Amino acid sequence: MTIQSPLPLIPISIVLVTSILILISKKRPNLREFWSFAGSILTFISVAAMVPTILNSQKIVYTLSTLAPGVSLSFRVDALSLIFGIVSSFLWIFATCYNIGYMRSLNEHAQTRYYMCFAIAILGAQGVSYSGSLLSLYLFYEIITIFTYPLVAHHQDEEGYAGAKKYIVYLMGTSKGLLLPATVLTYVFTGTLDFADNIVTGIFPKGTDGVWVAVTYCLFLFGFAKAAIMPLHNWLPSAMVAPTPVSALLHAVAVVKAGVFCICRVMLSVFGVELLQGLNLGLYTAYFVSFTILVASIIALTKDDLKARLAYSTVSQLSYIVLGVALLDKSGMLGGILHIVNHGFSKITLFFCAGAIFVATQKRKISDMEGLGYAMPLTMGAFAIASLSMIGAPPVAGFVTKWYLLNGALEIGNLPILIVLMASTILNAGYFAPITYKAFFQGRKARWSMADVKEAPMTMVVPLVLAALISVALGFFPQFFTQLIGRFLS
Amino acid sequence: MGDYLLMNRLDFPILSTTIFIPLVGAAILMLMRHDKAIKGIALVTGILNFLISLLLYIHFDPTTPLFQFGEFARWMPSYNINYVLGIDGITIFLILLTTLLAPLCVLCSWTAIEQRVKEFMFCILVMESAMVGVFCALDFILFYVFWEAMLIPMYLLIAVWGGPQKDYASIKFFIYTLFGSVFLLVAIIAIYLTTGSFSIPNAMFRDYSFGFQFWVFLAFAIAFAIKVPMFPFHTWLPAAHTEAPTAGSVFLASVLLKMGTYGFLRFCLPITPKASVYFAPYMVILSIIAIIYGGFVCLNQTDMKRLIAFSSVAHMGFATLGIFSLTLFGFEGALLQMLNHGVTTGGLFLCVGIIYERTHSREIFDNAGLGKITPIYVGFLGLFSISSLAFPGTNNFVGELYILIGSFVSSKTAGFFAVVGAVLAAAYMLRLLKQITWGREDKRAIRDMNLREVIYLVPLVILVFWMGIGPSPFVDTMKTTLTNLFTRMEVFFQ
Repeated sequence: MTIQSPLPLIPISIVLVTSILILISKKRPNLREFWSFAGSILTFISVAAMVPTILNSQKIVYTLSTLAPGVSLSFRVDALSLIFGIVSSFLWIFATCYNIGYMRSLNEHAQTRYYMCFAIAILGAQGVSYSGSLLSLYLFYEIITIFTYPLVAHHQDEEGYAGAKKYIVYLMGTSKGLLLPATVLTYVFTGTLDFADNIVTGIFPKGTDGVWVAVTYCLFLFGFAKAAIMPLHNWLPSAMVAPTPVSALLHAVAVVKAGVFCICRVMLSVFGVELLQGLNLGLYTAYFVSFTILVASIIALTKDDLKARLAYSTVSQLSYIVLGVALLDKSGMLGGILHIVNHGFSKITLFFCAGAIFVATQKRKISDMEGLGYAMPLTMGAFAIASLSMIGAPPVAGFVTKWYLLNGALEIGNLPILIVLMASTILNAGYFAPITYKAFFQGRKARWSMADVKEAPMTMVVPLVLAALISVALGFFPQFFTQLIGRFLS
Repeated sequence: MGDYLLMNRLDFPILSTTIFIPLVGAAILMLMRHDKAIKGIALVTGILNFLISLLLYIHFDPTTPLFQFGEFARWMPSYNINYVLGIDGITIFLILLTTLLAPLCVLCSWTAIEQRVKEFMFCILVMESAMVGVFCALDFILFYVFWEAMLIPMYLLIAVWGGPQKDYASIKFFIYTLFGSVFLLVAIIAIYLTTGSFSIPNAMFRDYSFGFQFWVFLAFAIAFAIKVPMFPFHTWLPAAHTEAPTAGSVFLASVLLKMGTYGFLRFCLPITPKASVYFAPYMVILSIIAIIYGGFVCLNQTDMKRLIAFSSVAHMGFATLGIFSLTLFGFEGALLQMLNHGVTTGGLFLCVGIIYERTHSREIFDNAGLGKITPIYVGFLGLFSISSLAFPGTNNFVGELYILIGSFVSSKTAGFFAVVGAVLAAAYMLRLLKQITWGREDKRAIRDMNLREVIYLVPLVILVFWMGIGPSPFVDTMKTTLTNLFTRMEVFFQ
């Protein structure tokens, strides 16, 4: 069932208005931060308000304008949209709180620009979630790219510019060079850019030349470079020059998740399960991203910089999502999409912790963090919980993902994928466990004492602890999201 | 008189009015003494003419492919030369663009032009008149008169009020364009000798021999390729654009270049359809060279105006690519791209003019690092740059999308090459934007934009978003004419 309604425009408009208000209140920091808060909370409420409708197996669609026959700026809310919409709007509230602590503690410059670009990046993420056609998807995807550029280059030093340059070259280059022709080719073959109503049939007419379908598919897969599938992953570690809250929300949630979300959307709502299975593209994709899962984990092992290690962990974890969906099996797809949520909450916790450590100690290197758990118990405790989730240990959120993914691999009886999943679990443990171990069990008296180092400001600690707790809660109660995803997959 | 013309049904001859109001304004301001009064009259004339031309849009009938608002008068009956005017879906927006830009050009020269204000404004108004005339004329001789009439005021604008190398630039412009005009004249005479008439619509889709079409197409194509400009006839453009005063650059980029692509759509395709189909692959190759070459050259520019000038080569390459993809999407995209380029590049040139008035330099480095100093200016520049790189949601994206669809339909290879140009566009525009915003750290005293400057950029900003998000009014208006052109061309595709 489908409802015509401009509801999906509400969260997008709220964020837009928020960003304008932030810009206007640049002379009054407290008011400016109030707008961020109010905006993020209102956005979340407006997103949550759509949940009952969607749980009733209904879709909300709205067409804003038509550019050409079949090419429209249209919006659509289904269960998949809501997954990403809820995560990005909800975590924006946390990130705002954390931002205030981080930016004020470090006395960062150009804060108005920072908050405004932050808000518009969320606007992009919201827009991507509710896109009803490839055109809207492309529009909001590009908005994210442009407005996160100033965030990555925030420090405006040589390192910042270099990182930001790499960022924009990778993201803009792929979106213009691969995504744009992929979109045009799709239109040439199908005569429309609107998404299909179900995940089975897709929009390609029967009898489309298989080679061209495969070419278009590959252009899409690499065109969404925000998903950081190797070999187009290198922008993500470089983007870590950004202030940590940016890395947290954008490079663990909004930006990279927009990439994988788009891939999921295109695989399921443009190509459709039937076509992908028919051409065997799903399985090839699964094998291809397996490489990323393993190699990124191995690289993560070698990194001593905490944020760099987290970045490579993100690269690896993002491919879980693509892998799950590429299995084209119900459990696999469920696990993959669910990981958008689980990874979001857990990874933002980890980045929040990294930022809190930096604010409290000015340290970035893991080797310097011996005994830190005693000085910053809350932060490192949260870190330990979230890293368990990344490893996939019960009862934290990541376990649920792994469970469904393993189920999916078993159901289609694919041994290589099973081995990849298990190997990566060991690798995950290999690069996360030592951090917790160092913090709590090594060098207790060597470097830190309670007098030197305290926890970061409360505005930072509270969101990171809450995010960690939610990771645990999601491990115990995954029903809400699994139910939503079930609606989408049925 | 043929059956191609729907006579004007308004109370007054609207096309003649739109053509001659600027001339009347120009005559009046010649009688004035004070610069303020002169500028005032030029501005009022421009705005008045724009408002009148809006009536064209209001009363335009988008359901017919015939020429509308027709006017007919005998001029030189012994040679069968007549004063025939009429517009269709191709020309209506080009005329509106011209009449919109004229008052903006007056406004942007308000303080920038300090010497010979009277003569300057006179040239601007005469230009406007000639440009509107070119788009309305349905008789070859009348067309040619207007075509040549544009040349002189444009030459003067560059030669008198231009930059340091104005002599070189203006002469180069003049010679190139005149060279093209000669070929145009030859083609016109050839058609006259064959059909015995100077009527443009009468010359369309007649059963000419292929040999005749071959040569006539070539003659037309040289004339128009210089105007567009297509590679390898583009070398006059950077010089002329760079040295011209802001208003001149805006007219050049936004309207004069469109004369070339307009010529392809109005003359080459319908008059020499067989030859057009025959030459289409070569024209596509030239277009792609222009797109990619223009993009690479842009990457290497240190002068803002030169960068925008070369970006015009690339953008117009997209327009010709659309036309010679010989698809309906391509035609629509080309026409949209012509309008979009007019709006966006016009806006960019206006922006360069604004900063030139303050720093007296067009070098990127001299104008770098303005993000904190003049935020409003950087906001406008950023907007036009993003539009120029075909960011979705802005006007250029729609044009580029149509053209890419058209070219992918006709040849996937051509499509992929064109995509390279799209990537380059992002690269050079973002590089410019980054330099202007953050390129330098030192603080300088540069005042931000004033109200007058904001006022003349706002209409263009509105168009950027209007044509980017809701282009249907534009597409619907041009659709019938272009569909008609396409269906009549289709016969020749085999």
